[in-house]
Amino acid sequence: MSAPAAETPVAYDSKIEGNVIFTRVDTAINWMRKNSLWPMPMGLACCAIELMATGASRFDISRFGMEVMRFSPRQADVMIVAGTVTYKMALAVKRIWDQMPEPKWCIAMGACASSGGMYRSYAVLQGIDQLIPVDVYISGCPPRPEALLEGLMKLQDKVSREASTVAQKKELIDELS
Amino acid sequence: MTTAVDTVSALKDKFAAEILSENEFRGEQTILVSLPALPAILAYCKEELDFDYLVDISSVDNMGEEPRFEMVYELYSLHTHVHLRIKARVSEDHLEVPSVVNLWPTADWHEREVYDMMGIRFKNHPDLRRILMWEGYPYYPLRKDFPLAGKPSDMPDVAFTKPAPLAGGPFVSSDPKDRVTGEPRAKG
Repeated sequence: MSAPAAETPVAYDSKIEGNVIFTRVDTAINWMRKNSLWPMPMGLACCAIELMATGASRFDISRFGMEVMRFSPRQADVMIVAGTVTYKMALAVKRIWDQMPEPKWCIAMGACASSGGMYRSYAVLQGIDQLIPVDVYISGCPPRPEALLEGLMKLQDKVSREASTVAQKKELIDELS
Repeated sequence: MTTAVDTVSALKDKFAAEILSENEFRGEQTILVSLPALPAILAYCKEELDFDYLVDISSVDNMGEEPRFEMVYELYSLHTHVHLRIKARVSEDHLEVPSVVNLWPTADWHEREVYDMMGIRFKNHPDLRRILMWEGYPYYPLRKDFPLAGKPSDMPDVAFTKPAPLAGGPFVSSDPKDRVTGEPRAKG
């Protein structure tokens, strides 16, 4: 198809009908982001087993475009902290979180990652939110794969409501206007 | 056939003055020996009595007693299938025990754990570092005077700790007369 002439206004055109969608940049970016959330599996305890089950065929996390578990933090979007965070491990978790590029999200999976769980002890960090910001908390000990999927869908809802362009490209927008 | 009782009597023949007491409980033989004689007795067990398997090393904090600490060695023979437990008291004033890594290499990590959790040092240990907590953590968490909730500590860029909220706990089960009263409750 030849390119339309420069003066042609964007209007109803039977030749390109169905191939053009009008939307906002935010909505388009959020739609892409929320359907390809690549997890960083921070499996620290038994929650990691449920995380693996979520990735396997019965629950099939790839239905949401999230099957690409990235073991390099530089390629990941969402860190799933699955398990007990000991103080010895805490700063390693923080370091991996710092290596993840923006935009990034965090899910505290299970009682231990959310609050220390049953480990009221000298050795355990009482919730990963004391070190890194958490977007979604999932209850359970450990949570079922359905609960993790529900948490990921909650995160998708949150991503889809974000003002991505306005918030993250503020300088560019100011420059253009 | 060699039994645990035979090994105890063999040890008593050889180290009569060093064996402070012996105890039998449900067929398990335990002897308490003096700390200076411990390396010789353990070496004799390994070389002569065929205890080729060191099952575990642990330690006990009898706070308020003197000597305060106690080392526990669990020995087993894979040839004669005999189990023997050897204990030795360690004074708080001189917290040093000879290492047995030269006899059983598996003692390496066991002794590191005892050092990490109880603060008992091991003489001639090849690599005496902490194993569970980090190098520089100022406390020994399994001692009786260390609170379960922990104490604050901070090593910048290495690790930090804060006391855990216990909310009246620790919660312990009492003698279960029925299911309701046996539920875990705050102690005291």
